[in-house]
Amino acid sequence: MTMKIKHHLTDELLMAYAAGSLPEAFSLVVATHVSMCDECRARLAEYEAVGGAVLEDTGTPEMDAGSLEATLRLIGEMREAEEAETAAPAPQASGLFPQPLRDYVGGDLDAVEWRSVGGKVRQAVLPTDKGAAARLLYIPAGAAMPDHGHSGMELTMVLQGAFEDADGYFGRGDVEVAGEEMEHTPVAAPGADCVCLVATDAPLKFSGFLPRMAQPFIGI
Amino acid sequence: MAQNEPPKAPPVKEETTPEAHWVNLVQAVKTRKDQRAFASLFAHFAPRVKAFLMKSGADPALAEEVAQDVMATLWHKAHMFDPERASVATWIFTIARNRRIDVLRKSRRPEPEDLPWGPEHEPDQADTIALQQESEQLGKALAALPENQRVLIERAYFGEFSHSEIAAETGLPLGTIKSRIRLALERLRQEMN
Ligand SMILES: [Zn+2]
Ligand SMILES: [Zn+2]
Repeated sequence: MTMKIKHHLTDELLMAYAAGSLPEAFSLVVATHVSMCDECRARLAEYEAVGGAVLEDTGTPEMDAGSLEATLRLIGEMREAEEAETAAPAPQASGLFPQPLRDYVGGDLDAVEWRSVGGKVRQAVLPTDKGAAARLLYIPAGAAMPDHGHSGMELTMVLQGAFEDADGYFGRGDVEVAGEEMEHTPVAAPGADCVCLVATDAPLKFSGFLPRMAQPFIGI
Repeated sequence: MAQNEPPKAPPVKEETTPEAHWVNLVQAVKTRKDQRAFASLFAHFAPRVKAFLMKSGADPALAEEVAQDVMATLWHKAHMFDPERASVATWIFTIARNRRIDVLRKSRRPEPEDLPWGPEHEPDQADTIALQQESEQLGKALAALPENQRVLIERAYFGEFSHSEIAAETGLPLGTIKSRIRLALERLRQEMN
């Protein structure tokens, strides 16, 4: 059964991804969502088209003397390297994770190296550049995340199960975009354990005493 | 590299728009490694890619180097170009953007999974023409935007600027920037409908 995606990426995120100005961790969430969402894929194509129009209109400085010839030489040199990498691996037929996420994990759900972060919640940090952090979270069905606010932006995309907070119900493929004004306590829906991809560009602010103690260990 | 063959008469493909002309040139690079077609693409797009990189913060020498690299990538990846999904300018923009992330930011860019039918399917003629006309229209709509909106859109695409960095540099409050960009995008959408 395919469930319809209800919570999509914002225009600001799609435009910044099209422009290439998002930190890698946010780009990973965008690429993962777009892999599953035809609606956002079409919107992304529009934003890339704006990029094409901007390029057309950017101005035309002189190229260096002999630039075309240098490029033709470069084409000859690049050929061998290109031929070596030709066949990009075909996307695997099925699995929980879309291809961009699988590239970061090194496989599907069974390849994730989980670490406990207290209670039954587990996480796995994914390697990205310093602009923001990306992690997978595993929240057992019915369990709550600590209540927290945000000092920056937080994107949470559901890959399995579902969670709920004051803003609504988020199922597979849905993305919650949380900004500084938002404080929430996501609770994993009963039924299936919830697996989410989370990207944050600033540490979260926990309101309870214990979670604040745990923060240095959790690192979120 | 294939020898520079004498240009053959292109198959009966009418060039209804300037965009159709660029598409035909990319096809010529793809199907017969046509160096003259490549030279025409280079003359038009290489300086634009160089300008794009300079406005993104690269010095002229680096911008030149990356522009050559982007155009060489165009040659090798011509088989990936799908005229039903993007204009030639848009496709080149995405190559240049990705190279900028590589070179200037030294970062990786995760890409969405490709659509199931992949880039090798035969593009639909009607869809291709519709996209070419929309691209022309989008270019005109962008040029017709009020200066203060157009400039912010352009800067967002030069990429090293987040909205808050544009705010710091222009002295405009972040809210103003966001609403001008939103206005500009709404206008573009109206023009396209
Ligand atoms: Zn979506
Ligand atoms: Zn949160």
